Amino acid sequence: MKPLYTLAAGAALAAAVTQANAAEIEVLHWWTSGGEAKAANLLKQKLEAKGHTWKDFAVAGGGGDSAMTVLKSRAISGNPPAVAQIKGPLIQEWGEMGFLGNIDKVAKEENWDAFLPPELSAYDKVDGHYAAVPVNIHRINWLWANPEVLEKSGVDSLPRTWDEFFADARKIRDAGFVPLAHGGQPWQDATVFEVVLMGVGGADFYRKAFVDLDPEALTSDTMVKALKTFKKLRGAMDPDIAGRDWNIATSMVISGKAAMQIMGDWAKGEFTAAGMTPSEDYLCEAAPMTEHMFSYNVDSFAMFKVDDKGKQQAQMDLAGLILSKDFQTTFNKAKGSIPVRMDVPLDDFDACAKSSREAFDAAQAQGGLVPSLAHGMAVSASVQGAVFDVITNFFNDPDMPAEKAAERLASAVRAAG
Amino acid sequence: MTPTDSLSRASSRRAGRRSLAGTLERVLPRLVVAPSLAVALFFVYGYMLWTFILSLTGSRMLPQYNFVGLEQYARLFANERWHVAATNLVVFGGLFIAICLVLGLALAIFLDQRIRQEGALRTIYLYPMALSLIVTGVVWRWLLNPSLGIEALVQSWGFENFRFDWLVDPDMAIYTLVIAAVWQASGFVMALFLAGLRGIDDSLFKAAALDGASLPRVYWRIVLPCLRPVVFSAVMILAHIAIKSFDLVMALTGGGPGYATDLPATFMYAHTFTRGQIGLGSASAIMMLCGVLAILIPYLYSELRERKHG
Repeated sequence: MKPLYTLAAGAALAAAVTQANAAEIEVLHWWTSGGEAKAANLLKQKLEAKGHTWKDFAVAGGGGDSAMTVLKSRAISGNPPAVAQIKGPLIQEWGEMGFLGNIDKVAKEENWDAFLPPELSAYDKVDGHYAAVPVNIHRINWLWANPEVLEKSGVDSLPRTWDEFFADARKIRDAGFVPLAHGGQPWQDATVFEVVLMGVGGADFYRKAFVDLDPEALTSDTMVKALKTFKKLRGAMDPDIAGRDWNIATSMVISGKAAMQIMGDWAKGEFTAAGMTPSEDYLCEAAPMTEHMFSYNVDSFAMFKVDDKGKQQAQMDLAGLILSKDFQTTFNKAKGSIPVRMDVPLDDFDACAKSSREAFDAAQAQGGLVPSLAHGMAVSASVQGAVFDVITNFFNDPDMPAEKAAERLASAVRAAG
Repeated sequence: MTPTDSLSRASSRRAGRRSLAGTLERVLPRLVVAPSLAVALFFVYGYMLWTFILSLTGSRMLPQYNFVGLEQYARLFANERWHVAATNLVVFGGLFIAICLVLGLALAIFLDQRIRQEGALRTIYLYPMALSLIVTGVVWRWLLNPSLGIEALVQSWGFENFRFDWLVDPDMAIYTLVIAAVWQASGFVMALFLAGLRGIDDSLFKAAALDGASLPRVYWRIVLPCLRPVVFSAVMILAHIAIKSFDLVMALTGGGPGYATDLPATFMYAHTFTRGQIGLGSASAIMMLCGVLAILIPYLYSELRERKHG
């Protein structure tokens, strides 16, 4: 009896000791698809190696809509998780409502400002203080392609302009393939549209329309032209796009049913999971007319206010881990994105990641760096939703003229703003 | 201490116990019902009131109490998508209830003809009700998908020109919801009608036959009026399935193509929970409630009043 008792007491004591500097933190994230789940697991292992416990709170659903819903209900009930994946302007909204903590301590110790691009770290600061930590940089304006299908269709290189694209699409169609794989969900429609808009209008116009929400830009001829090009893409897709998930669309490219897909670089995770090598088994290039532009989607982890010192420490440790060079390398390789730290060498990354970094640097220098509206980096959720409604309705309604869609876009944005 | 003394004390004790039992008998039902009543008052009516209050505020991502009057209702009615959702509910609800009633009644009458294997058939028709609407939605999504389901099958039989692409056609997609929902619920309506039919005395049929009435006429003039209470409960149940349809839309069409199959319930969810427009979402929830009341109150009133008179 007695030795058992001491053993139990000893265990309790040991638990109490570790409690002081280690804690369990609940982490809300939406990395549930193939490559993403692997990436989340990696972070979990790293945190647990530091003695903390990662309580996984994964909410499936691409784009994180469901995760945000769960987060809100948890916050309203006064019980938010310690760490949650939030991004873009939403971090500011949560910060302004006083939900977020302050991790300046670890940011200063590790000198984050020295290696984070200021355009991106601004999203993670509330009133000048770090409240969140960026993880990675995704590029949206990618065109993914299956070279075998292109070859069989007699297409030598990926299209550089939309005119080339539609000419190639006809060839691919004639060869019996689907030119462009797509999933008919509002966020995917918006993803494709914003890429078209960047190409047709350029970065400055994109910012005027989708960041400043300038009504003149929203109803301008450039917008109408972009809408028309976008609608024309419907003809390059198969008829059954309704409701299809993005990774199913990617698998159409992987299996050789479709030739190309416009999607952010998380799609790379699907190609990698299928055992394919970039530039050999699949191609990644900037979408037509967006070569020197970079529309970014940055995942961040926001730290919620916690009173427990152990939890605060765990948050700081997690933040430090996320930005460690080692993790930035392994994680971003698994996720398909590029490190958010500018001082991490990409020598052993794949070709797509290297070209993504080149595009980022070029875009940063030339003012071609734009936040993705479809991925919640540009505007508030309500404006984003209003834009989604108009875009997806226009795309699916064969009779709606582009001019009318542009007008609706302006009025919907005004109503939601 | 005399014997009578102790006797009377015993009897008074018994009387006390009896009155305690009596009190308990009177109070117990109320005690048992009270918690559920309190819960219902709080969680149903309390939250209705809260939703109404929120619909008068400018709440965005989280509830706030900056009152803006009826502005959210004005925004709601200026919203294109809300009109689509409301129209869809009328189309979907109307067709769903009507088809379910007709189909359910027909099935029940056919099954009531003393046929063989009635039990097995009844189970087959009733079975879809046992599935969750999510399962129904997914199954029909595959069946209706032009490249996987019915269209592909018929085309593979050699009918190359066969087209059945309602699921991806914005104008027709709402009817796919009707198909799936009718498939799910008509067996249940059949069971309701069957139970009603079984309650009708056989002698009625015999008497009518003696008077020379044909069978369809008997059903139309005699049986159907007898089934009126069943129609009442069937409409009640179907109406609430129609109005709260959310899971079916999510699983079958996801509200698409575009937002062509949006219903008020999915509109409310999208705006309240994913778009950070709690005020607007609450206003749409209140409009849904008003819609339900506008239909149900007159119906309830007429049904209940007539039954009291009859």
